[in-house]
Amino acid sequence: MPVQVRDTTTRRDVLRTASLLVPSALWPRIGVAQGAVSAGTAVATKPIPSTGELLPVVGLGSWITFNVGNDRVAREACADVMRAFFDAGGRMIDSSPMYGSSQAVIGDGLARLGRAAPLFAADKVWIWSGAGGPGQIEESRRRWGVPRFDLLQVHNLLGWEEHLPTLFAMKAAGQLRYVGITTSEGRRHREIEAVMRSQPIDFVQVTYNPLDREVEDRILPLALERRIGVIANRPFREGALLRELQRHPLPPWAAEIGCDGWAQFALKFIVSHPAVTCAIPATSSVAHVRQNLGAAHGRLPDAALRRRMAAHVAAL
Amino acid sequence: MTEWWTYRLSDLLMFSARTYYRMFEIYNAEVWPGHLAALGVGAAIVVVSTRRSAWAARVACALLALCWFWVAWALLWQRYAPVNWAAEWFAAAWAIEGALLLLCASFWKQVRVDARSGPARSVGFGLALFALAVQPLLGMLFGRPWQQAEVFGLAPDPTAIFTLGQLLLLRPIHDRSDAASMPAPAWVLWPIPLAWSLVGAATLWTMKAPDAWLMPCAVVLVLFAARRSSRYP
Repeated sequence: MPVQVRDTTTRRDVLRTASLLVPSALWPRIGVAQGAVSAGTAVATKPIPSTGELLPVVGLGSWITFNVGNDRVAREACADVMRAFFDAGGRMIDSSPMYGSSQAVIGDGLARLGRAAPLFAADKVWIWSGAGGPGQIEESRRRWGVPRFDLLQVHNLLGWEEHLPTLFAMKAAGQLRYVGITTSEGRRHREIEAVMRSQPIDFVQVTYNPLDREVEDRILPLALERRIGVIANRPFREGALLRELQRHPLPPWAAEIGCDGWAQFALKFIVSHPAVTCAIPATSSVAHVRQNLGAAHGRLPDAALRRRMAAHVAAL
Repeated sequence: MTEWWTYRLSDLLMFSARTYYRMFEIYNAEVWPGHLAALGVGAAIVVVSTRRSAWAARVACALLALCWFWVAWALLWQRYAPVNWAAEWFAAAWAIEGALLLLCASFWKQVRVDARSGPARSVGFGLALFALAVQPLLGMLFGRPWQQAEVFGLAPDPTAIFTLGQLLLLRPIHDRSDAASMPAPAWVLWPIPLAWSLVGAATLWTMKAPDAWLMPCAVVLVLFAARRSSRYP
C-alpha cells in the first residue's frame, strides 16, 4: 500500500548511529550488522535488508490485546492505542487471521483515525490448504480495509510449501511488498532455518527477548548472512516477563541508555541486536504504547551493555 | 498443528479476561429482561423435576433444550465466536445437545424423572439450585461487577452445571410389559455437558480466574453421585 513514511532522521542521527554499531561489528558470532540504526531524537529506524526501506524499531502486535470482538468501548480504546502509536512514530502493525477479531479491530481503528496513517501493514496467512490462501488473504485485506498488505507471512510455517509461491507471485505482481515466515516460542527452528536458506524471503518472525535467546545461536546470524529482516515477537512473554521484572528495581546503569522502565529495557535489548529489524509488543494501553515507542529513542546498548543486560535479567 | 505437544493451555487463550467478562456484560445488557424468563424456565424445571413421571422428564428435557439452543446461538455463535474461532465448534456442540434433549422430550418415553432420595437427588437438585441462585453471584464475590453475572439459560457454565444436575435425576426405565421397548439411551446426554465443563474450567484456569475450580468440582460431584446411584455415566 502507499506508505507515508514518517522519518525525521537527520544526517547527524545516522552518523551518531554508525558509531553505535562499531562494537556490534566486532561480535564474533554475529558478524556484519544488517544496517545502520538511526536513533537519537527521532524514532530509531532500521533498514529492511532486502530493500533498505527504513522501519521504526518498535512496532505493534495485536495478539490478544486487539481481539475485543464487537465491544465498541474496547474498539475505541484500541483506536486510541493506534493513534498514540502513529503519533509516536510507529509504523508496523502485525496481525493474523488466527487472532480472532484483531484484524477487524485494526481496520476499525484505521477508519476511525480518518487520515492517512503511516502504516506498514503486516499480516499472515494461516490455513492448511494452499488453495485456501488467496481467499483468506483477501478476507484479511478486507477486514483491515487496506488496498494491499506491505508484508504477508506464513503463520507458524503452516502449509508454507504451498503458500510461499502464492506470496512470491503476489509480490511479483505488485500486490504485496514483502514476504515472510513466522514461528514463536522456539518451535520448528530447523525448518525455519531451512526456509531461510532456500527461499528468497524478506522477513522472518521469531520469539526473542532477554530470556528467550535461542535464536541468537543460528537464526539471527543466518538472517544477517541471508539479508533477511527479523521481527521479534513475544518481547515481554505476553506480559509475564514484565510482571516478573517489575518486582525488582531497574538497575541504575539502565539510565545510560535512557530506559525509564523494564519495558524499554527489554525492547532496547531486543532491537539493538544487529539482526533484529523491529520488535512488536502488543498492548491495549495508550500509556504502554508510548512507553514502548520510547524505547525507539535515545541510545541503544552496545554489545558489552547487551551482555550485561542479559546477565542481569537472567540473574533475577 | 505441528509440535502440538509444545503448546500450553495458555497458548490457546486468544482473548483477555477483560474481553471475556465484557462479553457477558454487553450480552446481559442486550438480552435484559431475558434473565427473568431464563430464571423462570430454570425454576419450572426444578419444580417439574419433583414429579416422578414420564411427562415431567419430557417437559424438563424440552425446557433444557430451549436453553441449550439459546446459548448456542445467542452467546456462543453470535458473541463468543468473534473472539474465539473455536466457539463455532462449541456452538455446534451445544446445538447438538439441544437436539438430543429435544429428541428425548419428543420420543424417549422410557425416561423418568426419578427423584427418590439418595446422592443423585441431593446432588441433582443441589447443583440445579446452585446454578440458578448462587453461580450468578460468584463473580461479585471475586470482585467482578454484577453486570457481568453469568445466568442460567443465558450463559454456558451455569447451564451446563444445571444440566448435569438434571441428568442425575433422569432414569431410563425398561417397560417390562412391553417386550419391544428398550431403555432410552440417556447416556448420550452426558458427554457434551461434561466436555463443556472441562472447556469452561480450562478457559477460566488459563485466565487465572479464582472460580476456575468450580466446574471440575461439579463434575467430580456429579460423577460420584452417578456412580453411587448407578446412573450414567
